[in-house]
Amino acid sequence: MLSVDVTRAEQFRISRQRLAERGRDATLQAIEDLARRVRLSDLEMIGRARLGHIGGDFSVVDILATLYGAVLNVDPARPDDPERDRFVLSKGHSAGALYATLAHCGFFPLAELESFAQPLSALNGHPNRTKVPGVETNTGPLGHGFPVAVGCALAAKLQGSRRRTFVVLGDGELQEGSNWEAAMTASHYDLASLTAIVDRNRLQQGARTEETKQLEPLADKWSSFGWEVRVVDGHEYAELLSSLDPSSTGRPACVIANTVKGRGVSFMEDRVEWHHKVPTAEQVVAAREELSA
Amino acid sequence: MTRDQTLQAPTYDCRKAFAEELLEMAREDERIVAVCNDSVGSSNLTSFREEFPDRLINVGIAEQDLVGVGAGLANGGMIPFVSAAAPFLTGRALEQIKADVAYSRARVVLCGQSPGMAYGELGPTHHSIEDLSWIRAVADLPIVVPADPNETRAVVRWAATSGGPSYLRIGRHPVPALGGEPRPFVLGRSTQVRPGRSATVIAVGTLVSRALDAADLLSAEGIDLRVINMSTIEPLDAEAVLRAADETGAVVTAEEATTTGGLGAAVATLLAQHRPVPMRILGVPRQFAPTGSTDFLLDHFGLTANGIADAARAVLRHG
Repeated sequence: MLSVDVTRAEQFRISRQRLAERGRDATLQAIEDLARRVRLSDLEMIGRARLGHIGGDFSVVDILATLYGAVLNVDPARPDDPERDRFVLSKGHSAGALYATLAHCGFFPLAELESFAQPLSALNGHPNRTKVPGVETNTGPLGHGFPVAVGCALAAKLQGSRRRTFVVLGDGELQEGSNWEAAMTASHYDLASLTAIVDRNRLQQGARTEETKQLEPLADKWSSFGWEVRVVDGHEYAELLSSLDPSSTGRPACVIANTVKGRGVSFMEDRVEWHHKVPTAEQVVAAREELSA
Repeated sequence: MTRDQTLQAPTYDCRKAFAEELLEMAREDERIVAVCNDSVGSSNLTSFREEFPDRLINVGIAEQDLVGVGAGLANGGMIPFVSAAAPFLTGRALEQIKADVAYSRARVVLCGQSPGMAYGELGPTHHSIEDLSWIRAVADLPIVVPADPNETRAVVRWAATSGGPSYLRIGRHPVPALGGEPRPFVLGRSTQVRPGRSATVIAVGTLVSRALDAADLLSAEGIDLRVINMSTIEPLDAEAVLRAADETGAVVTAEEATTTGGLGAAVATLLAQHRPVPMRILGVPRQFAPTGSTDFLLDHFGLTANGIADAARAVLRHG
């Protein structure tokens, strides 16, 4: 198990405290800053490892940065705190984005990111909770994280706890039937503390989702399963932040975050091949310039 | 106990012992929850639901969700007993068992009810003879098959306190009590239920009492059969198996499961590499069962006292 980066964890804790005092603009700025650092780290990780899922990583980064930058009640120094909020990345192939986010928050040292996908590294191509603090369940095969998140929220409800549970799902992943089993269970048990966020980048490994197996009308699907639905721009921090407020209806909440695969790098954006294509050295340089601008 | 006594002895459905012990533990520990897939009745959880309605989670007919929700409950500090008919629990949700439970090291107690050919005439879709092969292929997941009501109670109690995941096979087909005082279950430790020097039968679940009956049949022929109840299939009690091979020189395994990857395969893998002795593996060969009751099917596949006795005679005669 990797261990905490004490300095960075303390910075995370102080930063989260100060944001509450400094207001919304400062919060949005902090989220944006975290997102930029995560994209740059993830780019270097994938460039070095020569593998990864950069397209889906870059579509989900702004969601992760909003959650960790301003929403999740977690303490990187106490990843086992029973009362922590739970975050489950069901689209486990975006492990690179998750690792970079966790490292920038201090869950483990930033230098560890250099070991991504190297022999015997804790940072496998898909996240492992027994090795990486902050990971709640081992994902990778699709359609797994959502039922586990439902169980996390059920436990909180049984215990009378106010802690919240968040799960990020890929849109292509919604073709797995297990997700709809979980959606029914969460609704049946009135799990208002549960928020499911769909990274709606409209692309899956082989083609567009709507060409592969149609998901639309997606908001209607969630509504009909008994969820409170919010549709937002998944790269607009203010919209994202508001959408992650607790449910107001007593229903579990679904945020459909409209995103762009490969977001932030012009030659990757909305292109199917960047699902798991690896940038060349020259492309890494070009992408780094765009992301640093 | 002689064979006649065994045949006349009262028999028990181990699901009842499972449900009673689980309810007792739920009274002692509020972290214990039962999770099922519309299987409240077949898992004998009606009393549990009456006493702890909030702690009986029914996800409906949805086994993937069932196991995932169990893993999440464990993450949230609960001790979930995830209970469903064994064929659907292990077959439908095998990937959840692998990724969400075993690989994630979630403290989930997977309770496969009515395993083997307990559903007789309902046919191979409802038989669970593949589960031991499937689950044995998954790392870090203990497999426990209690053989009678007392052992079922002890295993249920152990599973709640083990701190890790486990797969329990809870029998429906009636079995006699094996006798002896109730005692705590220890993972990986088998029980010698009959001493013997001529050959050893290593059995699990429904086949343990039948192995004892086989020993009684053979004692009249001067064959002194050792019988071991190998309640833990993973991790196997290697010491007991090796000692049996050393001291008796021949081994027969018996299980209500396929012969491809369960108890017999585990014992054979160990013996082939460390103490090659003559062996016979009794179970269901790699085929789908014909129509018939559980007793008919056990007879059909030779999973009876006579079948075990024949295998012991054969291994002694032919090696």
